[in-house]
Amino acid sequence: MNAPHQQPDDQWDLWEVFLQEGENEPHTHAGSIRAADAENALQNARDVFSRRGAVKNLWIVRSRDIVATVPGDTASFFEPGSDKVYRHPQFYRFTLADELWKKP
Amino acid sequence: MSENTAMLEEQFRRRIAGGETIEPNDWMPDKYRSQLKRLISQHAHSEIIGMLPEGNWITRAPSLRRKLALLAKVQDEAGHGHYLYSAAETLGISREEMFDQLHAGKAKYSSIFNYPTLSWADMGMIGWLVDGAAIINQTTMAKCSYGPYSRALLRICKEENFHKKQGMEVIAMLIASGPKGKAMVQESFDRFWWPTLMMFGPHDAESPNSPDMLKWKIKLKGNDELRQRFIDMTVEQAHAWGLTIPDPHLKFNEQTRSWETGEIDWKEFQAVINGNGPCNHERMEARRNAHDNGAWVRDAARAYEAKHRRNGGTTV
Amino acid sequence: MSPLVAYLLSLADDRLILGHRLSEWCGHAPILEEDIALANIALDCIGQSALLYGIAAEAEGNVRTADQLVYFREGVEYRNLLLVEQTNGDFARTIVRQFLYDAFGILLFERLQRSTHAPLAAVAQKAYKELKYHFRHSSHWVVRLGDGTEESISRTQRAVNDLWRYTDEMFGAGFPEAELITSGTAVDPQLLRQEWRTSVEGIFAQTSLTIPDANTVMLTGGRTGRHTENLGHLLAEMQIVARSYPEIAW
Repeated sequence: MNAPHQQPDDQWDLWEVFLQEGENEPHTHAGSIRAADAENALQNARDVFSRRGAVKNLWIVRSRDIVATVPGDTASFFEPGSDKVYRHPQFYRFTLADELWKKP
Repeated sequence: MSENTAMLEEQFRRRIAGGETIEPNDWMPDKYRSQLKRLISQHAHSEIIGMLPEGNWITRAPSLRRKLALLAKVQDEAGHGHYLYSAAETLGISREEMFDQLHAGKAKYSSIFNYPTLSWADMGMIGWLVDGAAIINQTTMAKCSYGPYSRALLRICKEENFHKKQGMEVIAMLIASGPKGKAMVQESFDRFWWPTLMMFGPHDAESPNSPDMLKWKIKLKGNDELRQRFIDMTVEQAHAWGLTIPDPHLKFNEQTRSWETGEIDWKEFQAVINGNGPCNHERMEARRNAHDNGAWVRDAARAYEAKHRRNGGTTV
Repeated sequence: MSPLVAYLLSLADDRLILGHRLSEWCGHAPILEEDIALANIALDCIGQSALLYGIAAEAEGNVRTADQLVYFREGVEYRNLLLVEQTNGDFARTIVRQFLYDAFGILLFERLQRSTHAPLAAVAQKAYKELKYHFRHSSHWVVRLGDGTEESISRTQRAVNDLWRYTDEMFGAGFPEAELITSGTAVDPQLLRQEWRTSVEGIFAQTSLTIPDANTVMLTGGRTGRHTENLGHLLAEMQIVARSYPEIAW
């Protein structure tokens, strides 16, 4: 039993679960589950993550199909975005418009 | 240790000291990883083994309300074991490997679940004492440095809110029912009091893993401090219910404003931890049987998937 | 006992006994995810039974509480189908038992949503939603076990062969009383037989399983309290604590 596992995993494939918890809300990662196939994964995700209700929709995807950045990417991928001030609303200033918006 | 590793370790130490959270792909010292694997998998095993002593009474629960509450609670434990196995898996150990370790007798789990549940009052006692102790441990650990473990614990703490309450309701109702109910509670309390105190582990001075774990924030308080917090809270509750604490040495220290207990029977603790408690064999046997008897089911689901993958995938 | 009370009890007993059997799996299922799934279904079943006992007690004039109906009736007073009291056996047997019932329950409770007995219609609305999921779960497993490995197919076929003889009882004549059917309180189960058969065949068609031949000798008796020996043991366990301390409020 403790031999290296050449066999497919006895505990089935790993899937990631994304829940949408309210109308018009994004799906967020809830955790992972084990399942043998897609329908099995949907049911298991439902039973593990919606025991207390409040789920609108759920997505499942095989963990091995997820592509992610690695820690070494952080500087080149994300930091350039943080100094582009013109992408943020605080960059823009005006005074007159404020008054106009308030009018009925 | 190479210069590079020393530098990484120093960076790591600084990140933790600065209150940062460590995520699965981040660099971490081997020992941090191995300690966490051990810690989280033990915690996961405890949830799964912990289903058995309570599961033992689901079919005998004496009212519909009690039956639903107990079943939901034991199911939550499966769910919590599930979150924790997932958290451990982010460290590069598979659930299958963790099960193998458990079934081979190489993994530890909380000593408390090796005690038998002998009366209905034990269902109250587990909620009140055992979950009470677990909540103290878990709320502390939820602030630990490893992200996936911390997040799993936050979810668990939120869901476990009702566990302790349902246990205390069981006890309160038994006590309110008169002398027979109260006697059942006292008898159960006598059996569970000391094993619950053991749940917090050995004295800090005898706890071999503590210094590293404190430094890395995968342990945030000493065993003795957490145990004392539990004792002070629980003694007051027991007295409010009119229960007798099975400890002739128990006394209130006016200076520290704390309850001092007699010494824990550490020989018993060691025996239980090393596989010789009253129910170790039965608990392991039950887990192995569930696993072995389920092998053909897991195989069948995989075989079905393989057949239909070739035929263009399963449809939902 | 009025025909209405007897009918409500039969529905409640079916849900309770099946839920009780499923709850026996807790901590022992083939994989962690399935442990959680089976407990969910058990909770639904027992939860539905609690509601049904509640309206049965009310229909009886509140002489007994829901808990008294559960814990202080004898086996011969129970009205559940023989199918649901059968022991769990292996996972295949549990799934087949569940599937055969779910395929019936989903048809029954869909119609009970329109019962003229308003409290029953209300419970049925909740139960129907849950049963739809139960059927999805149990049929999902019948398909996988019935088209999985040689071993899973043979275990599942064995369970089908053994449990088939309890299926006729679901559609039996004489229960519930005709007046309940005429008044629109109850559903005539005889009308569900063909649709049930089609639904079961549809699932089996996706597998290597075969339906036992028409000569299978059918067993009935649950609706009149003539049970198999399994029920007595189940109730002994279920009722022991409640009966040992009748003075305690749980």
